[in-house]
Amino acid sequence: MFHQIMVPVDLGHTDQLTKSLTIAAELSKHYGAPVCYVGVANEEPSSISHNPAEFDQLLSKFAEAQAAQYGHKATSRMFVGHDLVTDVDDVLLKAVDEVGADLVVMASHVPTLVEYIWPSNGGKIAAHSKAAVFLVR
Amino acid sequence: MTDTSDNMGAGAPHPTETEYKIGQDNITPFGLDVHNPVFLISGLSIVAFVLVTLMFQQGATEFFGWLRPFLTQTFDWFFLSAANIFVIFCIVLMVTPMGKIRLGGADAKPDYSYVGWFAMLFAAGMGIGLMFFGVSEPMSHFASSMGGTTIEGTARTDWAPLGAAAGDAAAARNLGMAATIFHWALHPWAIYAVVALALAFFTFNRGLPLTLRSAFYPLLGERVWGWWGHIIDTLAVFATLFGIATSLGFGTEQALAGLNFLFGWGTGNVAKVLLITIITGAALVSVLRGLDGGVKVLSEINIGLAGLLLLFVIIVGPTATIFETMVSGGMAYVKEIVPLSMPFGRDDANFSQGWTAFYWAWWISWSPFVGMFIARVSRGRTVREFVFCVIVIPTLVCVVWMGTFGGTAIAQVVADAAAPVKGAALELKLFEMLKPLPLATITSLLGIVLVLVFFVTSSDSASLVIDTITAGGKTDAPVSQRVFWCTFEGVVAATLLLVGGAKALTALQAMAVSTGFPFTIVLLAMCVSLFMGLREAMKAS
Repeated sequence: MFHQIMVPVDLGHTDQLTKSLTIAAELSKHYGAPVCYVGVANEEPSSISHNPAEFDQLLSKFAEAQAAQYGHKATSRMFVGHDLVTDVDDVLLKAVDEVGADLVVMASHVPTLVEYIWPSNGGKIAAHSKAAVFLVR
Repeated sequence: MTDTSDNMGAGAPHPTETEYKIGQDNITPFGLDVHNPVFLISGLSIVAFVLVTLMFQQGATEFFGWLRPFLTQTFDWFFLSAANIFVIFCIVLMVTPMGKIRLGGADAKPDYSYVGWFAMLFAAGMGIGLMFFGVSEPMSHFASSMGGTTIEGTARTDWAPLGAAAGDAAAARNLGMAATIFHWALHPWAIYAVVALALAFFTFNRGLPLTLRSAFYPLLGERVWGWWGHIIDTLAVFATLFGIATSLGFGTEQALAGLNFLFGWGTGNVAKVLLITIITGAALVSVLRGLDGGVKVLSEINIGLAGLLLLFVIIVGPTATIFETMVSGGMAYVKEIVPLSMPFGRDDANFSQGWTAFYWAWWISWSPFVGMFIARVSRGRTVREFVFCVIVIPTLVCVVWMGTFGGTAIAQVVADAAAPVKGAALELKLFEMLKPLPLATITSLLGIVLVLVFFVTSSDSASLVIDTITAGGKTDAPVSQRVFWCTFEGVVAATLLLVGGAKALTALQAMAVSTGFPFTIVLLAMCVSLFMGLREAMKAS
């Protein structure tokens, strides 16, 4: 049913992604669809990496660790944003197309009143992406 | 946005070996992500300064009214020498092999096209200034030069640059243009270039946080993460916020004067608050749209509109005179740059202290803000390309802009000594200059739009910069923090304007300009630090 799964990853908060990562890996094995772990890097140094190249290495290692843990086929792809505070949704929407994903699995927080004004990242991806989107609360 | 799947190769930058992790000193109250103690100290001291200034207006006005001239008069040689050093330093970087170093590593690609990059440089650097002073400053220097020198006792009391040009209109125009270009071209942009290049290098090539303190790592080592760094960063926030808030306050009065001139609108308190609210509201929208969707788009629109206004004036104005002013003014600048920048042995104290030293202090006090913003958008440029584009291109643009607006205004005064542009208030000179030209209402309205949008881009980019500094160099702190700083700037401007009026604004603006003095020392140290960093990078390659 699905051929390529994309999982956006926030490398700064991987501890909060356990549920979505497990679901993505199980769906991957179930449908035989590889998972591409997508990370969006800052151009400036951040608490995660000193530069995009280092971020790419960390993301690659993360994908390898996921593949080793769950036994599914995994790759990684890094994108770079100019201003992640506001651009991350647009970068992820572009990533869905570039990765060729037909299913996006991503973690999202429980919506509150704030989401009526500022939709969550997951909410915006679900609203605008042509791919199927599985939001994991 | 770009994507890459390269791993760290030979072209990747080499991070500084430090145990410090970006954000390690941050605290996260109410879902925020702010540096402790820079955020708190900056925020509280800004509120305290506003309150004290409003409570003791007379004393604050007297103190800062004394401090700023004291600094620029006593240390004029220091400001002038430092600015010369910055220009020479930039030229050295441009012509030596250090110029080959690429910001972000050998493989880095520029994030923005030249058009977008230049638009943002100008919008942040001096867009508003060019609108207000493009007409008035050439006229001032022209008039003072025409007036010749006046000596009382042993000191000159006139404000003419160098030896003036008494009674010689052509020579006075050239000297006036040279003096104006001098204040807006190589020197100010070299000041910005030093800060921007240092920040860009230590951020993109050395992996240090995008904040002022990082530029001092070669000199201070790990101490830069302690109180030395806190002081530098807090001072930068302080200078930026008060610089932008007082400019916003004055700019509001000036824009209202323009609207009143055109449409007879009022200039009362309601109108002031309304205009500050509109500017701040527009800046908030821009902030929420981010760097690419907000400030970049607005900067490009504004530079396009400014280009149209420039072309219009060149075509319908005294075209031959404008070109003559550009050429002869530009040549006069080249001829007079050495005497104008001489820190010692001058007798034009009013000019060198009241104009030049004041301007240098002003540009230097703005340099943390503008430099940091330029740094953020300059990844992927080589040092040579960066310095050339940041100091040489703006100099050429300045010659064209000042030649057009200043040349037209001077031509009007030469043709008619009683031309309205001569006696008009500073904020109205642009409109009075445009009035005799065709379609004056439209071009004046365009002028007001340009001023307002430049304020929006300044407010937006200042919010980005202040937020990044007070978040310990994090550029991805929650957007609500940018909203806070943007709103805070508007509130400070409105409070000062309504409660204290022009007096309070003048006092705090003098205070902001006074920060130019400590920052001159900071910038000189930054040159040493940057040189050490670049030399190390050369050795490593």
